[in-house]
Amino acid sequence: MSEMREPLIPYVGVITDVRIDTPDIKTFRVVTPDGKKAFDHRPGQCAMLSIPGVGEAMFSITSAPTNTEFMEFSIKKCGCVTEWLHQAEVGQQVTIRGPYGNPFPVDDAFAGKNLLFVAGGVGLAPLRSVINYCRHYRDRYGKIDIVYGSRSKDDLLDYKEIIEEWATDEGVNVHLTIDREQEGWDGHVGFVPNYVKELNFDTDKIAVLCGPPIMIKFTLEGLQALGFEKTQVYTTLELRMKCGIGKCGRCNVGSKYVCKDGPVFRFDELDELPGEY
Amino acid sequence: MCLKGVKRMRKCALANLDKLFAAIAENADLYLPVNDENGAASYKKWEEGTEMSDALNTVKSPKDFFFPQSEDLMTFKTEGKNIEITDIREESKDFVVFGVRACDVRSFDILDRVFITDPQDSYYASKREKGVIVSMACTRPTETCFCAAFGIDAAAPKGDVTTWKTEADLYLQANTEKGEKLLAALEALTEEADCAAVEAQQAKTRAIMEKLPLAGLDTEQFGGGKTKEYFDAPEWKELSQSCLGCGTCTFVCPTCQCYDIKDFNTGRGVIRYRCWDSCMYSEFTRMAHGNNRNSQLERFRQRFMHKLVYYPENNDGIFGCVGCGRCLAKCPISMNIVKVMKTLGGKKDE
Repeated sequence: MSEMREPLIPYVGVITDVRIDTPDIKTFRVVTPDGKKAFDHRPGQCAMLSIPGVGEAMFSITSAPTNTEFMEFSIKKCGCVTEWLHQAEVGQQVTIRGPYGNPFPVDDAFAGKNLLFVAGGVGLAPLRSVINYCRHYRDRYGKIDIVYGSRSKDDLLDYKEIIEEWATDEGVNVHLTIDREQEGWDGHVGFVPNYVKELNFDTDKIAVLCGPPIMIKFTLEGLQALGFEKTQVYTTLELRMKCGIGKCGRCNVGSKYVCKDGPVFRFDELDELPGEY
Repeated sequence: MCLKGVKRMRKCALANLDKLFAAIAENADLYLPVNDENGAASYKKWEEGTEMSDALNTVKSPKDFFFPQSEDLMTFKTEGKNIEITDIREESKDFVVFGVRACDVRSFDILDRVFITDPQDSYYASKREKGVIVSMACTRPTETCFCAAFGIDAAAPKGDVTTWKTEADLYLQANTEKGEKLLAALEALTEEADCAAVEAQQAKTRAIMEKLPLAGLDTEQFGGGKTKEYFDAPEWKELSQSCLGCGTCTFVCPTCQCYDIKDFNTGRGVIRYRCWDSCMYSEFTRMAHGNNRNSQLERFRQRFMHKLVYYPENNDGIFGCVGCGRCLAKCPISMNIVKVMKTLGGKKDE
């Protein structure tokens, strides 16, 4: 019986590092008990993490597939599972299963293109996987622009990596912004959608958006005003999930299940679905 | 259907039915519909003296046999920071479900397309593999029946074995290898039969079917690709207005397959189990940061759009309803899929 692999039965994972990113976001490094990466994944895919007795929840894998040693999850404290995780220490075991969902088309539609990543808050987590994948295979892509905003400078995720690695890469432009003026911040101040419009990007690129629904809505409108078509703009959705494999029935938007048909969607594809997300 | 020369028809005198059940129960657990003191039927394990119910259908559908209302999936032991996962799956026993109606037989095909498509759900699949479905043709379809709308013939149910109960005999015909095997084991208790009695019964049943109030229910207007046509229909408001969100319809429904996964801490370990859930419940899609189906209208719409549009869109046009009529009989406010279909489809028959 047990020879039939059961997708709902997870593997054991161990938290080997906890990085405090912001007051409410931590990044957890997870490997198997023998120190290996639990499974391979593609940029934009997700995994189910659980703590027995607490619950199981879906998270985007924030590390890139090019990292073959471990997986990372940037997790905002906002519910039962996440609150428990935020109290976890190094060495704590969790359970992990996946990978789930469709990745961003990094080797197809993105190949050879200029890329624009727009993220708000913890919305950077799923995009970091794609960004680092594209940085790893730098010569496969054109110019890369990254617009990232948060409430304050303390709420910027992966700040050190952004400043020390992304911003120093050849052909990568990072545009950071925070919602309100703050002491010690001499960068841009203002909401992400407005900043995207101000930056007046050429339409010769593919855009990838992730953040709060309101940010996505206005950023898309801004990009359209700049001349972008919906076929050039991607996002990744998040809905409540239990199984992760299209069977438990709760993450559907129309006939599509976010866990298996998404989470990555192009905006023209979303237009075909009811606005129930 | 009774196919002369293609499938062999066997029969067993009703007087010998107990012997037949005993013979089946020798090799497998046998379940059949049994009436309670109020005449409500539910599947019970056969034992000496168990009387099979003549009820048109069981209160709860037989989906339980493959997708139990609650089912343990795995257990965990935690010690300090460590977790041990135990796969508690066991080899399912052989079992026979006897007397399944045509509508419920179709529901297994609908569930199969959810659970057995890649990645396969092994909990469901292993029970499906071990279970033998013995269906029974209906003879007294009633006013809540509308299986014919989904192309189901109540007089010729599918399943591994089809049976027809006449005044004097039980006629049996195998449809699958599993069914052949079961009938082969019962050879001594059955005899070769012709189809005359079965055909006569089928003709009678079909004549009743044609006259049922829901006989003309039109499904043509629904199906895949109709999301835009119906999603924003103003009719949803009125249809869903009285819905209590009690979830009874989903629990008696043979095709509703949504489930929840929960952990139960026993004090000595954690059991992770799954149980039926309902898209009619407000918690169903609630997340830490909000709910994408906040109103009962949205939840109500989801259930019917799923059965009439989304499911067929993903499954070659097959509807996610079998017309068993349980929801018609059980909804406390008398709202149901038939009313939804008629209202959305142009207020027919009103």
